[in-house]
Amino acid sequence: MNVWLLALQEIRVGLRNRWVVATTLVLGALSLSLALLGSAPTGEVKADSLAIIVVSLASLSIFLLPLIALLLSYDAIVGEQERGTLVLLLSYPVARWQVVLGKGLGHTAILAFATIVGYGSAGVALWLRGDADAGSIGAFAAMVLTSIMLGASFVAMGCLASTVVRERATAAGLAVGAWLFFVLVYDTAVLGLLVADQGRTIGEQGLNVLLLLNPTDVYRLFNMTATESTSIYSGMAGPGDAAALPLPLFFAALAAWILVPLALAVIAFRRRPV
Amino acid sequence: MEAIAHWSGVTRRYGKIVAVRDVDLALSPGSATALVGHNGAGKATLIKLLLGLIRPDSGEVRVAGADPGGNGGADARRALGYLPENVAFHGAMTGAELMAFYAGLKRQPVARNAQLLEQVGIAHAAGRRISTYSKGMRQRLGIAQALIGDPRLLLLDEPTSGLDPASRADVFALIDRLRQAGATVLVSTHALAEIEHHVDRIAIMHKGALVAAGSLDELRRGSGAELALRVRVAPCRTGEVLERLPGQVRCIRRDAQSLELVAPAAAKMALLRSLLSMEGMVTDLELGEVGLAQVYSRLVASIGEAP
Repeated sequence: MNVWLLALQEIRVGLRNRWVVATTLVLGALSLSLALLGSAPTGEVKADSLAIIVVSLASLSIFLLPLIALLLSYDAIVGEQERGTLVLLLSYPVARWQVVLGKGLGHTAILAFATIVGYGSAGVALWLRGDADAGSIGAFAAMVLTSIMLGASFVAMGCLASTVVRERATAAGLAVGAWLFFVLVYDTAVLGLLVADQGRTIGEQGLNVLLLLNPTDVYRLFNMTATESTSIYSGMAGPGDAAALPLPLFFAALAAWILVPLALAVIAFRRRPV
Repeated sequence: MEAIAHWSGVTRRYGKIVAVRDVDLALSPGSATALVGHNGAGKATLIKLLLGLIRPDSGEVRVAGADPGGNGGADARRALGYLPENVAFHGAMTGAELMAFYAGLKRQPVARNAQLLEQVGIAHAAGRRISTYSKGMRQRLGIAQALIGDPRLLLLDEPTSGLDPASRADVFALIDRLRQAGATVLVSTHALAEIEHHVDRIAIMHKGALVAAGSLDELRRGSGAELALRVRVAPCRTGEVLERLPGQVRCIRRDAQSLELVAPAAAKMALLRSLLSMEGMVTDLELGEVGLAQVYSRLVASIGEAP
């Protein structure tokens, strides 16, 4: 009950300060422009444009959604404390885990709305043009769902950053650091590791484990390889087969990337002096 | 009657700093208590202990029979209404929305919120965003949210800070009404002269210790400051006057031409005799009431004098 109230409060604030509108517009504009203007290649190869969009949007999401999620959530706790509203909130019969969960849920709901409406508009536009078959509709839906999960995992990381530091600016720094690490640095580092290792110790399983340790890689692997209709266009049909992982594992890994940071945030918040 | 809240032998440290030391204080039902002391005296720590935001290193804190920092935290906080010092709200919300949110957290019907906003005088602004509120209106909204659910214990931390005189008077009138309605009130404040007529008990904190607690009369007796005298002195003679005063008399304020003295009631005649004998040095004297401000100065000074 308290969790819902807190989540609703976050959503209301998100609506008021235009976060919801801005995020939805950004995602909608990008996905629509990809869908409508970026369809040049499909005209030549007669490929299913919805499947192409899944691959394009997934590549976009990897950069954009973590950033939006972290921006939404990095000041969840530390921001309330700096504004002076946290003490009042905690003077109510609310448990600290409810505060973390409520805020995480509220931010995820904002992100989910923006993703469903923003990406959905592109999906609907292509479907109306008759550019979609049943298989690619499924892949598109799975892409939207995993996008929300990817966003949720970075919301959870933002909440964690927000509970472990004293100042908002530090939390912002941590959030930027997390984005750089997971989105930009990690893959390069893994690649460097593979090159240096020359396949001596890190086998196929080792690589799978390394990729599961980054939510953006889980997301990328799933959307580029997991479904037949997309793996062709992502150019990952070959490597995708090599890295074949059971479908539930992708979801389990993303779920873990949501739940573990949230749990750590709850623990950190309970120890935090206010 | 059993207390609504108490601190028993409570000590709380922050690292090496002892924020409160061995405090025993109980708030009996229907009482209004002023918690006074310098900044850093431990008032805020006592309030945080009641709210369960921190736990004592030793001793026991109870609110409505529950341990606010332990498993009974939610029960304790359900019995509490709290106005933080420098209360802040999310500016994007309207007053009515904010009240609805807090009422939900306390499982209280939203229907009563309008009445509470009316009671603090901001019903007209209920539909406006809080970012458009003045400081005084925010403070009133802060008081309104503290009243949600008719809490058995109201904690008001500096309720009048930053308010204009009219609003301050409104806050004190509200405290009086709440007392009459049977609420227990704890007010942490620096406004000593203003609060003394609106509470029946005063607890004085100094450097983490509770140095005195009781009614104003009890504190006057305990501090040896039952009567106050303002004495006009010829220029540059204040030192001489002070030297000749009877032993129980204490000076709480001094400048070039005047002294403010406090003394126990028993020393009244001796004091007057000695002042009258200093004709030429003492030019005028005026008997005054000993207020909380004088008692407080005297008590804090006496701690400094103690060996």
